[in-house]
Amino acid sequence: MTTTTTKPTELEDVPAATATDKRRVQRKELWRNRGLLLPAVIFLILLTQIPFLTTIGFSLTKWNLLYPNDRAFAGFDNYTSALTSGDLWPSIVATVLITAFSVVLALLFGLLFAMLLDRKFRGRALARTLMITPFLIMPAAAALIWKYSMFDTNIGMLNWLFRTLHLPVVSWSTEHPMMTVVIVLTWQFTPFMMLILLAGLQGQDKGILEAAQVDGAGAWRTFTWITLPHLRMYIEIGVLLGSVIILQVFDPIAILTKGTGGTKTLAYLLYERAFIGLDVGQAAAYGVVTVILTIIVATIALKSVFKVFMAGGSR
Amino acid sequence: MLANKRMLALGTGVVAVAMTVTACSSGAVQSGNGSTGAAGGAVTLKVATVNNGQMKDMEKLKAEYEKANPGVTVNFQVMEEGDLRAAVTADVASGAGQYDIVTIGAYETPQWGANGWLVDLTPELQADSSYDVNDLLPPVRDVNSYNGKLFAVPFYGESSILMYNKEVLDKAGVTIPQNPTWQQVADAAKKVKTNDMAGICMRGKPGWGDLFAPLTTVVQTFGGNWYDSNWKATVDTPEWKEAVGFYKQMLDDSGEKDPVSYSFNECLTALKEGKAAMWADASVAASMLEAADSPVKGKMGYAHMPVNKTKESGWLWSWNLAIPASTKQKDAAVKFVKWATSKDYIKLVGTKIGWSNVPPGSRTSTYSIPEYKEAAKAYAPITLDVMSSVNPKQPGVNPQGWVGIQYVSIPEFQDVGNQCAQLVADYLANRGTIDDALGKCQSIAQAAGDKHKK
Repeated sequence: MTTTTTKPTELEDVPAATATDKRRVQRKELWRNRGLLLPAVIFLILLTQIPFLTTIGFSLTKWNLLYPNDRAFAGFDNYTSALTSGDLWPSIVATVLITAFSVVLALLFGLLFAMLLDRKFRGRALARTLMITPFLIMPAAAALIWKYSMFDTNIGMLNWLFRTLHLPVVSWSTEHPMMTVVIVLTWQFTPFMMLILLAGLQGQDKGILEAAQVDGAGAWRTFTWITLPHLRMYIEIGVLLGSVIILQVFDPIAILTKGTGGTKTLAYLLYERAFIGLDVGQAAAYGVVTVILTIIVATIALKSVFKVFMAGGSR
Repeated sequence: MLANKRMLALGTGVVAVAMTVTACSSGAVQSGNGSTGAAGGAVTLKVATVNNGQMKDMEKLKAEYEKANPGVTVNFQVMEEGDLRAAVTADVASGAGQYDIVTIGAYETPQWGANGWLVDLTPELQADSSYDVNDLLPPVRDVNSYNGKLFAVPFYGESSILMYNKEVLDKAGVTIPQNPTWQQVADAAKKVKTNDMAGICMRGKPGWGDLFAPLTTVVQTFGGNWYDSNWKATVDTPEWKEAVGFYKQMLDDSGEKDPVSYSFNECLTALKEGKAAMWADASVAASMLEAADSPVKGKMGYAHMPVNKTKESGWLWSWNLAIPASTKQKDAAVKFVKWATSKDYIKLVGTKIGWSNVPPGSRTSTYSIPEYKEAAKAYAPITLDVMSSVNPKQPGVNPQGWVGIQYVSIPEFQDVGNQCAQLVADYLANRGTIDDALGKCQSIAQAAGDKHKK
């Protein structure tokens, strides 16, 4: 039963809050917020940190599945062999190159398709669904489709095209292993980038674009001076998420190149150590090294490159 | 903002951890429950097996066994080869006793027998004259024995042979003798090669069971081998260089265009589609080339695996049934293993499922069954001929310290073979020199060999 006339008197009735009171209330609220988050945090810790600790434990053990009875504490032997075997550095290079090429190419194609799909045309919904399909296909299936129906020297469409144009047939996996993997990944992740950028484009204020047009700015200037700066945040998110996903890519390498020709990424190296070498200890050591490197790189990248995540990072 | 940054770093870390964990946990994960035991006379046998056609037929026919042996239930766990190897190794090695019967390859049997993980089947099989243990093909028995004891019985076996499209070769005026040399085959491949058709299809996909299955036999017939009889690695020898160089030259001259992508299935398709004229690979491929839906059915010719310095060069592989030492139902398990590898079982498959589905390469007597001879007349005689003439104790020119042909029966071999296959694949793709590849392979092989030196 409050009325506008009683409100000022109520406010006056409230005792002047001291600084300590405010702090107490704040702290109380903080704990309540934390309490609400706690189940999720515990869940997260259980799911991620316990396996991680187990992995660290494994990495300090001499444990080859082929010698099950010869299991002992190994100290840092596994790390020494992981760091000195000469496999780690080429693997890091392969991971970085494959991730970088795939992300950049997927981003460029994604931008192109997002710009096209941002226009209004008949059948846009259908076109958009079709464009997204590659991202919905299972990675292993995608790699198999490319292996047989695109890259194959006898029945692949790419080589059919080359033959029709009287160009030499290309042995993709043998001659260009890295490009083969990058092509498949680009094909798969272009829709992902496209979706993110499309969301950005559709959030753009059409009024500004019209104003630019009125002011006589051409399509290219509008794009470079208005649209691109607007998209920066979306591009950053796309690059970050894309990198995180492609960093662990496994399927196209296992199916197309088997890690030859500089395509042995960290994920594939780990697989080889664990499932072909059956050396649990060494595989775990590689895993731990990978995690440490990833955290270092991610921290530096997030702090320096990405504007979105910088303090006060208003665009 | 700081919190955001931390969460992201954590998120990235978490992803990497997840990656690590999935890579590492395989060995430890065990599914299914333990043996239920023989309660009230009822026995449940748990069989782990590989998802090949012949094994699936066995699963279909288990009802016959259950009918003939009341109280016995047989449960099958059918897995992919890789999954089977991991699950069975973990179970048998740790003595968990989850399985009463396991399916293992010829590569594992002597190693596991030596480790004491398997039940020695020799006394039981020899005591039973109706089982006729001597009817099992001698080379297959050899690869499944350790110190003269038979630790597993072959369910089916295979060798490698040369398969060629007779029509294509006839047109080019090329004939292949029954026991060709590699040089003859390479020359023939060059002659029949066209822009549309490779002269020969050979495996180039990196992997110990892919590229190195045929390549090891080539190396062995050229006089090389992985190790000498004292476990000294012999990869950086002139024989290896000659063999691997020959393999690459043949692929460059007349092989398929994209060797790194090609293994068994790819070559099979190429042969069926008329995209390759010849193919040296597993003998089991012949039954697929002669299958009712194959476009080259009846057009194929078969010969022994090409040789250079040895008399035979076919490999030897078998999938076998073995009983882990940890089983609590040894007698029931032995009885089932005997049934599944008996002469009667082969006749049962023939009558119930079809004569062309009979598990090949396990028993000599299979090859004298009239119905089977008729169903598999194109390739049965040569399969038997090759399988009984290969010598797994010494497939190469020099003696070796293990029994087996296209593999070395030490636990490290799959890792060694895999790493070397990648190095050789780089050479096949002109990314490295042969000396570099074989030199690196030598040190990988030596590190593994050192563990077995006596």
